[in-house]
Amino acid sequence: MTQTAQGHEHAGGPSEAWEVAARVTDPELPMVTLADLGVLRAVRIDADGTVVVEITPTYTGCPAMGVMRADLVHALHRAGFGDVEVRTVLSPAWSTDWISDEGRRTLAAGGIAPPGKAPVRTDGPIPLQLGPTRRTASCPLCGSADTEELSEFGATACKALRRCLSCREPFEHVKEI
Amino acid sequence: MAHEETVYEALDHAHGGEGHWAFGTGFDEPLAGVDTTVPDGVDPAELGEYCLMLGDDALVLAQRLTEWITASPELEEEVAVANVALDLLGQARLLLARAGSVGVLGRSRELATGSIPDEDALAYFRDADEFRNTALVAAPNGDFAQTIVRLLVAATVRLAVFARLRESRDPVLAAIAAKGVHELAYHRDHAARWLLRLGDGTAESHRRAQDGVDAVWPLLADVFSATDLERRLTAAGVAVDPSSTREEVRSVLTEVLERATLRLPEWPAEAPPRGRLGEHGPEVAELLGALQGLARQHPAATW
Repeated sequence: MTQTAQGHEHAGGPSEAWEVAARVTDPELPMVTLADLGVLRAVRIDADGTVVVEITPTYTGCPAMGVMRADLVHALHRAGFGDVEVRTVLSPAWSTDWISDEGRRTLAAGGIAPPGKAPVRTDGPIPLQLGPTRRTASCPLCGSADTEELSEFGATACKALRRCLSCREPFEHVKEI
Repeated sequence: MAHEETVYEALDHAHGGEGHWAFGTGFDEPLAGVDTTVPDGVDPAELGEYCLMLGDDALVLAQRLTEWITASPELEEEVAVANVALDLLGQARLLLARAGSVGVLGRSRELATGSIPDEDALAYFRDADEFRNTALVAAPNGDFAQTIVRLLVAATVRLAVFARLRESRDPVLAAIAAKGVHELAYHRDHAARWLLRLGDGTAESHRRAQDGVDAVWPLLADVFSATDLERRLTAAGVAVDPSSTREEVRSVLTEVLERATLRLPEWPAEAPPRGRLGEHGPEVAELLGALQGLARQHPAATW
């Protein structure tokens, strides 16, 4: 795991590679980095000098994975790293609980309400939820807790649409999963 | 810093500027870096066939749901239906890629040019008799109420299967299932809440919801009938025998229909598997005509 620069004068070891990868932002939530979203799982340097980056999709159908790969490879090349391989990790499945405090802060600052605690994962049958969704979210614009859900789905797979009943502004909410 | 190029320039750069197949589901290999070794004692061809069954259910239902785009009763529901379809398309993509990873490609590879990824070759270049979906997901949408009933039933069945599949000895299937259960639970509960609104709503919405239930219920006939292949793979710890989910599905659907003040139809008599063996009504060929037509007319198109 020691650093092998492969002739690139700016390249460094695994921690430098992590720092470069960790600055890459999400294509659809450009205020948040892949690291703060919990999408970036690991960065290491193999014996032959290849930088191996592991990412996990938020949702199975997330269409942004290809862009994330391209952005990661591009950022690492620009930082002087040579061969870069981006691998998908499917297990364990991504959870919104992996979004860091910094990620939650930048989401809210960008007008998107961060998720609450993810539902407890169980090995057995997943109980039916017939009542209104129990999600709550404070308005990222005025801070009011008096908000309602407009739609359980939003512009990307990871978001729902809500409205603030105090300032009347609609806003997006990263739904708990 | 990562966005100095446009997204498409970056993707083009990542693909060596060779052009991307015009009809593909994505720019990345969906199983890149995932260990696709087949567990000991499992026939790769059978594992691949099983992945086609689960993948085709998702692909066909996704295609049906997207028929609502520009035609949904309200804008939010259009976004919802598209999101559900996107989740299912993602599941289909992984499952068809898994089938391709063990060499199950059927006749599709003969028709598809070499640059087309396996999962796209399977989606676009198989004929109806090579599809392994059940009739439940392939039936025409009907009106919005019937669409919601079918989504409820299909999501409930698939969720029950995926919840068990998390224990599969195939780590790829187990991982796809573990991720899929969260998505499917969301789909099921969304459809269930809609059915409460429709069933316990106006006289007209109740009538349509009941008609939807009556139209969808007969499609349950072969959903729980395992093929020999599913039985063998279940015994090997890889697959889920759909008959093991019947009581759970029946209990969930009964609860929703009762709450929605809808009459529960007779559970249809068991029938031998048809869709899983590639026996379909004409609606599958018709659906595939819409799904595949353009790609088959221009199989070498890139952009």
